[in-house]
Amino acid sequence: MKTNDVIFQTVAKVVFFMIIFFAVRIFFAGHYYPGGGFVGGLLTSGAIVLLLLAFDMKTVKKGLPIDFKCLIGLGLLFGAGTAAGSLLFNVPFFTHAYDYFQLPLFGKTSLHTAMLFDLGVYFVVIGVTMTIIQTIGESE
Amino acid sequence: MSLLHWAILAPFILAAFVPFVRKKAPSIHTGWFVFVLPVVLFVSFLQYLPVTMNNDSVSKTVSWIPSLGIDFTAYVDGLSLLFVLLITGIGALVVLYSTYYLSKTKESLQHFYVYLLMFMGAMLGVVLSDNVITLYMFWELTSISSFLLIAYWFDRDRSRYGAMKSMLITVFGGLMMLGGFAVLSIMGGTFSIRELAAQAPELNNHPLFLLAMILILLGAFTKSAQFPFYIWLPDAMEAPTPVSAYLHSATMVKAGIYLVARFSPIFAFSSYWFWIVGAVGLFTMVWASFNAVKQTDLKGILAFSTVSQLGLIMCLLGVSSAALYFDSLDDNLYTAAVIAAVFHLINHATFKGSLFMVVGIIDHETGTRDIRRLGGLMSLMPVTFTLSVIGAFSMAGLPPFNGFLSKEMFFLSMVQLTELNLFQLETWGMLLPVLAWIGSVFTFIYSIILVFNVFGGKFQPEKLEKKPHEAPAGMLISPIVLAALVILFGLFPNLLSYSLIQPAAASIVPSIIPAGDQLYVNIYFWHGITVELLMTIGVVAVGIVLYKFLPKWIGLYDYFPGKVTLNQFYNSSLYVAERGSNSLTKAYMTGFIRSYLVYIFAFFIAILGFTMWAKNAFRFDASNTAPIGFYEAGLLVVLCISIVTILMAKSRLTSIIALGAVGYSVSLFFVIFRAPDLALTQLVIETVSTALFLLCFYHLPKLYRHEEKIGFQIGNAIIAAGVGIIVTLIGISAHSTKLFSSINEYYIENTYSKAGGENMVNVILVDFRGFDTLFEISVLSVAALGIYGLIKLRMEKGGEQHENK
Repeated sequence: MKTNDVIFQTVAKVVFFMIIFFAVRIFFAGHYYPGGGFVGGLLTSGAIVLLLLAFDMKTVKKGLPIDFKCLIGLGLLFGAGTAAGSLLFNVPFFTHAYDYFQLPLFGKTSLHTAMLFDLGVYFVVIGVTMTIIQTIGESE
Repeated sequence: MSLLHWAILAPFILAAFVPFVRKKAPSIHTGWFVFVLPVVLFVSFLQYLPVTMNNDSVSKTVSWIPSLGIDFTAYVDGLSLLFVLLITGIGALVVLYSTYYLSKTKESLQHFYVYLLMFMGAMLGVVLSDNVITLYMFWELTSISSFLLIAYWFDRDRSRYGAMKSMLITVFGGLMMLGGFAVLSIMGGTFSIRELAAQAPELNNHPLFLLAMILILLGAFTKSAQFPFYIWLPDAMEAPTPVSAYLHSATMVKAGIYLVARFSPIFAFSSYWFWIVGAVGLFTMVWASFNAVKQTDLKGILAFSTVSQLGLIMCLLGVSSAALYFDSLDDNLYTAAVIAAVFHLINHATFKGSLFMVVGIIDHETGTRDIRRLGGLMSLMPVTFTLSVIGAFSMAGLPPFNGFLSKEMFFLSMVQLTELNLFQLETWGMLLPVLAWIGSVFTFIYSIILVFNVFGGKFQPEKLEKKPHEAPAGMLISPIVLAALVILFGLFPNLLSYSLIQPAAASIVPSIIPAGDQLYVNIYFWHGITVELLMTIGVVAVGIVLYKFLPKWIGLYDYFPGKVTLNQFYNSSLYVAERGSNSLTKAYMTGFIRSYLVYIFAFFIAILGFTMWAKNAFRFDASNTAPIGFYEAGLLVVLCISIVTILMAKSRLTSIIALGAVGYSVSLFFVIFRAPDLALTQLVIETVSTALFLLCFYHLPKLYRHEEKIGFQIGNAIIAAGVGIIVTLIGISAHSTKLFSSINEYYIENTYSKAGGENMVNVILVDFRGFDTLFEISVLSVAALGIYGLIKLRMEKGGEQHENK
């Protein structure tokens, strides 16, 4: 049975970006306000799930040609890489570094290697949730 | 590594080459290659005779595990040398015999000689080791190689049964012995037997002394087939006859004798030793000789006779400890027991080896060993007949063979014991010679049966599978050599007195010999009318009468109930052990996860409850608690209602929704208790997991989809309540007994100053304790890949992989 859910699809298109922006906001704010890689990742995958519900799986795959299993690997690489990177500077494993920079558009900004680690968490969480949901959705 | 060590290892090294020899030279019997080694070893060990005759010894040490004090110490004294000469000498004869006995084409000779060489090396190791751990290692090697040799014809049921039985019993004893060695070395602080013997007086007063002694004796009794462990030996007769001749008459079964003799200097001062070793040996002797008479299989008779003779030697070794109580050598009559033991050991090896070979010849030439089918072979096999007369008469203790001398000495020492006032002998002493005499009568009877029921009587060719004829000359060489020794030692016993017997006896009871003096071996005192001679005459007279009327009283054996034999006990205890452990495992391994959870939780309650009770750990301290607010109370009510709903719900859908309610209330708790990160995460995760639950619910099979309440079970309720109560109690106690202040002050102070962040939770997650997070995301990844694998890689019924569609 083919239903015409044009309202749902239109709303989904708009809401998708709102959720994504919220997720990105939460991810970047993690070090100062509630949030971080984990919740950010969950919210991002929530946005993709919304697309999956509004459209079918093929359409979403066409729009987002990402293999989420690779995203898991990428995330782990970021996590472990950030932790191991400190070894290059002759400090213990998992030592983070941060400093404050004067960036053109942002003004005074702190850049922190913990963000790279959190990015790893973010990717892993998206990869994991989307792999699970896609796998279960595809199986009969 | 000295030559002595190479001598012990030589059989193992040669064993490695045997399969190649067999393959490269299949036309020559492999036995000939093997034959060289025991001959060379025998001759080279003869060179130690002058050393041991002076009561000296040779000792060579190679470090094996020096950090544990375990060395490979080879030690040659009179006792070891006697055994080494027996092992290599009879080994050479047995190998010679086996080259004629085993077919070159039909049998897998490489196995036979590898096992036999393994055994020979292990046996040399047992008798030459001074270190108890090394001794134990070789001891178990003899058990293993004996197991392999008994099951040589492994396609026969009886062989496998006999091999397993001997393995179980001897390894049981071996392990007990290892325990004894461990106890002994703890007592003495060393693994060396000589060093242990040097501190024998202190060890005698040690509280663990009796334990060590009994454990070591268990090892000796199982190996030497003493009562009640003798039952493996008759079943080991399924082995090829050269094996029976070598292992089960001359060498391996004497390993227990060797052990008892070797440890005499340590244990023999105790009256327990006297009574245990003496009584077990004497009883074994009488019991086995009594049972030998009813056997119908020739090897069965010989097996029981071996048990009986080993009992005799064991008994002599036990009572020889009496000699240690008299300081001076001059009036010490009791050394006779030691000399008799050693002398009989040699004699038994000669005549029993030859008898086994004779029986093998009879089996080989007639196709049967059943005495009911044999008879009248005297004229057909004259040489074999002569040999069996020599062996059997020596075994029966008739002059002029060597068995006569050792039996006389056995009687003599038994009679002398009655005059002893040690060990409460005045009450029980008279039993010793009487029992010894009864045992000898039965020995006489079965020896006569062995000769006259096979070679005398009527020839019954229709009962035989083959046409009997005399054995080939090569097969007869070995028994002829042994029989010649029987006569030689019988006529000239003093050939042995000072070369072998005296040094061996001196090693068994060293403390009675003062330095520079020698034990006086008086074997040639056998003539003259003495008590023991009268006893021998009595044995012959009564034995002949009993043999004449054998058919009249053989029925007596039928009165012994077949149900209560030791074999029956062994078989049924194996059966009960197997059945019992099987049903025990079945009883608790039900296969239901429910039962296992019951065990786990019951144990959880029991161990935690017991600890709380035993340590008096329960505390209640309300001084440190926060006030309860309105929201908390309200949320708690919601939470409780949801939980009760899960338990009481009739439909699974209700349960899932109620579980979602629990999750959302928990996230509200996080909000109230000011944990925004947790609240966010909990909210999203709860949504996802509820969706997954709904998915599972949707896919339930139609067949079992009953909508019904959870059945109530009182046991489950009790366990659930128990777990809840225990956890609550522990929580309250833990909260009430805070010993240290929290470390959170550090995080509060340093989150911004050191890590450059303001969200303390996140800074802890990615910075202070980032390690945990790294592996938590790994856990998530593994879970996702696991789900992917489970769903995508479905094996079809045939095992073929179901590829992605």
